[in-house]
Amino acid sequence: MAVNSADRIRARVLLQRSDFTLNADLHLPGTGFSVLFGHSGSGKTTLLRCIAGLEKAAAEIALGDEVWQSDTVFIPVHQRPLAYVFQEASLFDHLSAQGNLDFAVKRARQPVSQSEKSAIIELLGIGHTLQRYPANLSGGERQRVAIARALLSKPRLLLMDEPLAALDEQRKQEILPYLESLRSEFSLPVIYVTHSVNEVARLADHLIAMENGNVMAQGSLEETLADPDFPLQLGEEAGVVLDTYVTALDPQWHLAQFEVGNGFGIWIRDSGHRKGDMARLRILARDVSLAVSPQSETSIQNALPCTVEAITSDNHDALALVKVRVGDAPLLSRMTRRSVASLQLEPGKVMWAQVKSAGLV
Amino acid sequence: MGKKETLIKKVSVAVRHPLSAGKRLTKRLLKKPGRAAVVLFSLCTGLSLSHAGIAAEALVAVASNFTAPAKDLAAMFEKDTGHKITLSFGSSGKMLAQIVNGAPYDVFMSADQAKPEKLEHDGLAVKGTRFTYALGTLALWTADSGSSAEAILRNDQYQHIAIANPRLAPYGVAAEQVLEHLDLTGSSQPRRVMGENITQTWQFIASGNAEIGFVALSQVMKDGSITSGNAWIIPPEYYQPVKQDAVLLKRAVQNDAATAWLAYLQSENAAVILQRYGYGNFPVTP
Amino acid sequence: MHLSDSDLSAIWLTLKLATLVTLILLVVATPIALWLSRSQSRFTGVVSAVVALPLVLPPSVLGFYLLIAMGPNGPLGQFTQSLGLGTLPFTFTGLVVASVIYSLPFVVQPIQNALTALGKRPGEVAATLGAGPIDSFFHVTLPLAKPGFLTAAVLGFTHTVGEFGVVLMIGGNIPDQTRVISVQIYDHVEALNYGQAHTLSGLMVAFAFIVLLALYGLRRRNKQGGGSWL
Repeated sequence: MAVNSADRIRARVLLQRSDFTLNADLHLPGTGFSVLFGHSGSGKTTLLRCIAGLEKAAAEIALGDEVWQSDTVFIPVHQRPLAYVFQEASLFDHLSAQGNLDFAVKRARQPVSQSEKSAIIELLGIGHTLQRYPANLSGGERQRVAIARALLSKPRLLLMDEPLAALDEQRKQEILPYLESLRSEFSLPVIYVTHSVNEVARLADHLIAMENGNVMAQGSLEETLADPDFPLQLGEEAGVVLDTYVTALDPQWHLAQFEVGNGFGIWIRDSGHRKGDMARLRILARDVSLAVSPQSETSIQNALPCTVEAITSDNHDALALVKVRVGDAPLLSRMTRRSVASLQLEPGKVMWAQVKSAGLV
Repeated sequence: MGKKETLIKKVSVAVRHPLSAGKRLTKRLLKKPGRAAVVLFSLCTGLSLSHAGIAAEALVAVASNFTAPAKDLAAMFEKDTGHKITLSFGSSGKMLAQIVNGAPYDVFMSADQAKPEKLEHDGLAVKGTRFTYALGTLALWTADSGSSAEAILRNDQYQHIAIANPRLAPYGVAAEQVLEHLDLTGSSQPRRVMGENITQTWQFIASGNAEIGFVALSQVMKDGSITSGNAWIIPPEYYQPVKQDAVLLKRAVQNDAATAWLAYLQSENAAVILQRYGYGNFPVTP
Repeated sequence: MHLSDSDLSAIWLTLKLATLVTLILLVVATPIALWLSRSQSRFTGVVSAVVALPLVLPPSVLGFYLLIAMGPNGPLGQFTQSLGLGTLPFTFTGLVVASVIYSLPFVVQPIQNALTALGKRPGEVAATLGAGPIDSFFHVTLPLAKPGFLTAAVLGFTHTVGEFGVVLMIGGNIPDQTRVISVQIYDHVEALNYGQAHTLSGLMVAFAFIVLLALYGLRRRNKQGGGSWL
């Protein structure tokens, strides 16, 4: 995606508390979901609040050429063209769902047309809730109304602080598709805070990993997750996420082929796709093994030529993570260190990656 | 009565005067911590303590204008007789209401005549014990010692003149009579502020909020001279005398301390004190 | 039931005083309560204590200090005199000033409690939606904390109606100026006019009961409606 450098988001924040120091320097693209990822207490919510201006900190914050905060400037929260979705549903109890939406429309940064309004209400599927008061809405409905309200204020930057964390699994699954359509249908840049790898995999374009108030890694989702030195222990969830599309279908065996690494493809079961459909694949390190040759006497169908890029030790002394590249796509493979030794793996060595399974996210 | 002998009487203190008994108990506890446990135990079990060797005592309700001389008198009285007097100060009206509703006073020293009369009439006071113990003297007073209260009034140099509420206080009635006598009723009317009692009237003037006002001479006089500010002692012919009556209450018929106190109020010793505080005395039973 | 002209004038004066004082208090107390409920400053403790002083001080103490402070030699009195307003004791204005001070905690505390219970989140949400502080106060904070404000107004009003010690100290019992119901009742009692005292006192009791009943009724209804109460 083309990143307009004028719209880049810049945030440098230094916040000193008695028991905690936040020291972050972010360069984020002007579109898509930038996900602040980290364990609780890593400072991601505080960082988000600093960007919004809800928390006072020594900071330089700019959206494109527009400086929100610096040594000499402090634009108050209500004058920053942002919207914020809080972790818990934060609707105004004294207003109906409609009243909550109107509150945003009245104060929107640009006029909101009736059709835009209808489109957003439809996008989030809240048409049936409008006359109800927050007390009579389910947790999922409340959060969807809150997201619609944020969009209706016509922000140039949307901040979302773990909007799903307070919901049960079923409600999460109910809302995630709305967030994905938000990602695909709006060019609005979003900074999204979460501690869930699953949400990272589904939503992130750009990933910022945080720990103890520091930014440990930042970059595109694909490359950041594929970095075997990725600083956060993901354990069984270590793996890569690839944006891809359907290149072929095999109706007889109910399989679909997804493009990987510019020219290669892997087959997984078809869940009703059409050729050309965009999709996200998540390939876990434990599902990738390396072989010297494209073995045919195996149940694994997907064998792709690859080049070893890096080898690092994993969280257990017996294990290693090997990063390889298929075309231009990175993959991670988990194996024992003995395997690394017996295969004489080293950077630059050409191998075959066998992908046992891949998940659509 | 009036004999200076010490009457020893066995009194059930805790029952008669719970408050004063409590105070003395505390003192005793402090002096003799060893007995504290026993005393506390008795209190807890609700037993009333009987003390041998305590002189008779009386609880006396005193109109607030008589506060200072009453304290002096009580101290002398206790020294002379060995009886114990506990003084309770307040407005006469409030005390009357308390007595009617069973307050445990033995003697009532009012700021007027009407209230003791009413108690006598209602059978709450002992007939024939009522007498005028003091004649209140009215003074026009200013807190500013550099000026003359009389001149301020006569030259009309005030914005507020404080008087006691005539509906409630005999000194207020007397103050109205003085203004009437001076033909100043009309001109002073809009500038009058009223204290609920003579003490509050004094505060209005003392704080400077009222330039002048009518107070009891006893409030601004000690040892025969004005303590602060400037006072004009109103000539007695300008107002009806403020007769303050005392009476023995029914419950104290048998109380030696109470009867001794009433007698003491009419003694030479008392007359000296009254004069010092600016009261005329009137030691004749009406 | 018979009410004399002076009784009626005392009632009218009292209602006028209480209404005015309540309005002033809502304006004065709201910023104080807002600050107390939001500020991290270490002076909040001091300010809270000062505001709460009238709760614990005997009214006579407060009245006495006000009498001195507002008198010609007191700091307040010097100030009002320098403005050419004269001194405040024995005036209706003086009663208003004293009542505002006296009833302040009764108005600050319910508002403060309501705002504290509300937390800062609604204000943050409003700000991120583009609402400035004043917009946010009137359209978010006020409606959400309405029950607290209502309680505050009712308590401020009834407390001013019932105030006695302070009025006694600085009022001077002037008809139509400072002779309010409570003073009038006191006069009746002191003058042994128990009949008239009963009439007025009965009215006061009935008034207080009805107001409190209405307040608690509203509270109940609000609770059931899911509104935020103190």
